[in-house]
Amino acid sequence: MAITDDVLVIGGGIAACTAALSAAEMGARVRLLAHKKSTLRQASGLVDVLGYAGGDGPLSDPYAGLDALPEGHPYRVVGEDGVRAGLQIFDEAVGDVYRGGHTDSNALVMTHGGAVKPTARYPESVAPGLASTSGDTLLVGFAGLTDFDAPVAADHLAAAGVPFSARGVTVEFPKRFRADAKVTRFAKALDRDEEVNGGTVRSVLADTVAEEIDGESRVGFPAMLGDDHDEEVRAELSDRLGVPVFEVPTGPPSLLGLKLEDILFDALDEAGVRISTGNPAVDFEAADGRVETVIVDQKSRPTPYSAEQVVLATGGLVGKGLDSDRESVTEPVFGCHVPHPEDRYDWSEPEAFGDHAFARFGVVPDDELRPTDEDGEPHFENLRAAGGVVGGADVAREKSASGVSLATGAVAGRLAGEEATR
Amino acid sequence: MKKSPSVLVIGGGSTGTGIARDLAMRGLDVTLVEKGNLTHGTTGRMHGLLHSGGRYAVSDQPSAKECIEENRVLRRIAGHCVEMTGGLFVQRPEDSDEYFEQKLEGCRECGIPAEVLSAEEAREIEPYLAKDIKRAIKVPDGAVDPFRLCVANAASAAEHGARIETHSEVTDVLVEDGEVVGVEVTHQTGTGPYVHGEPGEVEEIRADYVVNATGAWAGQIGDFAGVDVEVRPSKGVMTIMNTRQVDTVVNRCRPKGDADIIVPHETTCILGTTDEEVEDPEDYPEEGWEVDLMIETLSELVPMLADARTIRTFWGVRPLYEPPGTGTEDPTDITREFFLLDHADRDDLPGMTSIVGGKLTTYRMMAEQISDHVCEKLDVEAECRTADVPLPGSEDFTVLRDYMDDFGLRSPIGRRSAQRLGSRADEVLNSVDPNPVVCECEAVTRAEIQDALDTAGTELNSVRIQTRASMGNCQGAICCHRMANELAPEYDEETVRASLDDLYQERWKGERHAMWGTQLSQTALKHLLHAATMNRDEDPAAGDADIDFAAFDDGDASEDDTSGVASGGAVADGGRRRTADRASDDAPGGVDGDN
Repeated sequence: MAITDDVLVIGGGIAACTAALSAAEMGARVRLLAHKKSTLRQASGLVDVLGYAGGDGPLSDPYAGLDALPEGHPYRVVGEDGVRAGLQIFDEAVGDVYRGGHTDSNALVMTHGGAVKPTARYPESVAPGLASTSGDTLLVGFAGLTDFDAPVAADHLAAAGVPFSARGVTVEFPKRFRADAKVTRFAKALDRDEEVNGGTVRSVLADTVAEEIDGESRVGFPAMLGDDHDEEVRAELSDRLGVPVFEVPTGPPSLLGLKLEDILFDALDEAGVRISTGNPAVDFEAADGRVETVIVDQKSRPTPYSAEQVVLATGGLVGKGLDSDRESVTEPVFGCHVPHPEDRYDWSEPEAFGDHAFARFGVVPDDELRPTDEDGEPHFENLRAAGGVVGGADVAREKSASGVSLATGAVAGRLAGEEATR
Repeated sequence: MKKSPSVLVIGGGSTGTGIARDLAMRGLDVTLVEKGNLTHGTTGRMHGLLHSGGRYAVSDQPSAKECIEENRVLRRIAGHCVEMTGGLFVQRPEDSDEYFEQKLEGCRECGIPAEVLSAEEAREIEPYLAKDIKRAIKVPDGAVDPFRLCVANAASAAEHGARIETHSEVTDVLVEDGEVVGVEVTHQTGTGPYVHGEPGEVEEIRADYVVNATGAWAGQIGDFAGVDVEVRPSKGVMTIMNTRQVDTVVNRCRPKGDADIIVPHETTCILGTTDEEVEDPEDYPEEGWEVDLMIETLSELVPMLADARTIRTFWGVRPLYEPPGTGTEDPTDITREFFLLDHADRDDLPGMTSIVGGKLTTYRMMAEQISDHVCEKLDVEAECRTADVPLPGSEDFTVLRDYMDDFGLRSPIGRRSAQRLGSRADEVLNSVDPNPVVCECEAVTRAEIQDALDTAGTELNSVRIQTRASMGNCQGAICCHRMANELAPEYDEETVRASLDDLYQERWKGERHAMWGTQLSQTALKHLLHAATMNRDEDPAAGDADIDFAAFDDGDASEDDTSGVASGGAVADGGRRRTADRASDDAPGGVDGDN
C-alpha cells in the first residue's frame, strides 16, 4: 500500500524546505522526498532576493525592482506578497542565525573574490563585515587556501569605493595539513581547538593575527571559522583580538551553505514534516488530471507515495530538476513542458556573462504555480512547482536565487496545504 | 672573436621553437618572434596524436616513414611530453577487407610494427569497442602534449642563448637590394620573460637569414616579402570528452573520412576530426553539426560515446601545402609531407626560406632539415644534436617515482605533477611551501602554476596550456579565480581581475559547443558560482557607477551583537545531524552528486 500524506514535496533545497514548512503551517500532513545532497553545499549561504533588475542595480530596495522584471518572472507570478511570505517563513525558521530581517533594504556583502554584492539576509557570522557599514577592515587569508586571497580581496573592495579602508594579509594556519586539504579540515581544527606548537589552534591563530592588526576595527576570515562550534570559535577569536571577527562567504564546499541546510532540516523536524531521503522520484501515476502517486526508486524497487497535493521542487539544471540532451530540455519526473530555443547554440550567448537562455530554463507556472503545457493549461490540477525548476528568472545575474526559491516555495506550499486540508 | 651568424625565426609553434632550439644548439645567434603566445597557432589546436605512421601507411608512405622514425626519437628526447598508449586500427563489418590488408602491408613496408588482433583481443585492450567489430591492427601510436613540447623547446633554445619574443607580430619583411635582411615587428600587449617590447612599439630586427615557420600563416608572411606561398589551410574539429573512454588511440580502418580517430589525452579523450579547406586561418565557421558528426560517427566504434559527456570542442587549422600545379581538389588527399621553399631558388629572393606542410610528430625532423639548410647557406659547419639531447624535463626518468612522500602530495596529485614536469619535478615542487592544490580536476598545485607563470607573464591561458589547470571537467568553474589569485602579489588587483576575465571568456568559447546534458548542468553551476556567488558579472569595481553605500542595510539591528558572542538562539543550538558527512564534501567541483 502506498505511503499516504496530504502534501508531498519533491526536493531537498531551499524551495522544497520552504514549501514543506508553508504547507505544514496550513495544518497539512507533509512529507519531503529528497534524493541527494542539495545544491546548498555549493551556495554561499547568503539569501539574495533581488539585486539587479531592468538594467538597474545594485538595488538597495529589492521590492523596488519587482516591476522591472520581465513578464513571466516567478516574482511577477507570486507578487510582492509572495516574496514577503517567503522571507517570513525563512526568518522564522532560522531565528538569530541570520540577520537582515530588521529592514527591507539589501545589505552589501563582500564575496570571497572581493566584489561586493547586494543580499537580503546574511548569516550572523557575516554581519560584522558588511561592506555597507563603516569600519576599517583587515582581511586574513591562509597560505594553504587558494580560494581566498586576502590582499587581492581587500584591494578589490577598495576598487569598488567602499566607505572604509581595507587591507589584506596572508598568514600561515597554525597547523599544517596535506597540500590538498579543504576548508572543512581547517574548520575542524578550530572546532576541536587542536594542540599545536605554542598553544592551541585558536590561541596561536589569534596571536598571529593580533600582530597584523594596525588600527582596524574588524577582522574577516574566509568562512571556515569552525563548524559544530562556530559561535564559540568566533567569540574566542573576537575576544582575543579585541575587535569583531566576521566570515567572508565562499564557494564550494561552502560551510555556510551546509549550515543553512542543517538549520532548514531542523526546522522541518520541528514542524513535524516527515522526511524521506536518499531515493529519487522517477515516475508517477495520474488519473482525472490529478497526480495520484509519485513512484520512488528505492534501491531499484519502485515504491509509491500518494498525496492530495504535490510540490515539485527538484531544482534547475544544477540540481537535475531539469535535464537536457543535444535537442531538447525536459523536466524528467512529470514531463512538464520546458520551452527552449530549437537550436542549442541559442541556449547560450557568446559572452560569458551574457543574457543566456539556459539560465531562465524551467517549467512555465500558471497563477497558482502549476506547471503548464504548451497551450498554457496546467498539466495536473494538484501539481505545483517551486524553486529552480520554475523558469523565467536568471537568478544568478539578478542576484535572486534564494529569494525565488523562498517566494515560490512559500506560495506553492501554502496553496497545496490549503487545498489538501480543505 | 667572430660574431655568430644571426637567424630570425618567425613562428612560435612546434616547428619554429624546434628550429630555434636546433640552431641555438649549433651556436647560431637566434631570435624567434611569435605574434601571440607560444603554440598560439596550429600547435595549440591539435588532437595530440603521436603518429606511428599507421594513418599514412597506405596513402602517403613517405610521411608514414618519417612518422615512425620521429615517433621513436620523441619517446627518447621528450619522454615527459609523451604517453605511449598504443593505437588500434579497428575494422567494422562494413569496412573493406582489402583496405585492411593494404594497411597491414603498408605498415610493414614502412617499418611500423603492426600486429593483427581478433575482435576479442581488441576488446580485451579496449572493452568499450563495439561488439560487432571485425578485427584490428595494433600499432605504436601515442599521445603527445603539444604545449609542453613547445615550451620545452623554447626553454632549451633560450638556455642556448636564443632570444624568444612572444606577442611580437611581424608586420613587414625587410627586403633590401633584392634580398631579405630582416623583419619589422610590432610588439603587442603581453607579459613574461619572452616579452620585451612595449605595446605598439615597432622594431626592426635584422638577421643574416630569415626562416618563415608560420604554418597556415606562411602565405601572409610571403605576401610581405612579395612571394607566393600557396598554403592551403584546412580546418579540423576536435571534441573533448570528460574522461578517457579509451586508453588507446582508436582509429577507424577505412580509406579516409571524417570522425575516424579517438586520442586519449591526459584525463580526457579527444574525438577527431574533419578536413575542410578554409580561406582564412583565423576566421572560419565553427558549427554544431561538426560536433554532432564526431559523436555520431565515432559511436559506431565506441557506442558509449553516444551518451557520454563532452566538455568542450575546438577547431584547428592544418598548414597543408602542395607544390604549384598539383591541383588536388580534396584536402584529405593533400600530402602530409613538409616542404622547404628556398625563396632564392624559387622566387629569386635570397635570405629567406619558408617551411610548410608537415605535422607535429615530425616537427624535429623538419627543424633539423631547415637548420641544415640554413647552416649551409651561412657556411656554418655544425652537427644537429636535437635527436640525442633530451629536452628540459626529460633528462632523467628516475623522477617518475612515487611523489607522495617527497612532496606531501597525495599520490595521484604527485604522480600527475611528476608526469607533467618530468625531471624538473624536484626543482619545481620544492619551490613553494605550502603547496596547495589549485585545480582539483587536473591535480595542479600552486608550485606548477607559479612555475608556468615564470614564462606566462599575466597570461593565464598560457598557464593553462602548460599545466592543464582549468582544462578538466569543471572547465575552470572552481579554479579560474584561484589561478588568477596566483598572480598576486607580483601583479596588482586590477591585473588579477583582467586576467581572470580573459581566461573565463576563453573557456566559455569552447564550452558553448558542449552545452547539453551533464555539461550544461556544470555550466549552470559555473554561471551561479561566478555571477551569483562572486557577482563578477555586475562587479561594482568594474563599472563607473558610484554606489551609495549609505542607502543599504548597515546591519544596525545587529550592532549590539557584533562581538560575535553567541546570541543563544534556540535554532542554532539544534543538532547538526549532517556534519559527520562533510568529509565527503571534499569532492572537487563537479555538478551535484555527479561524481
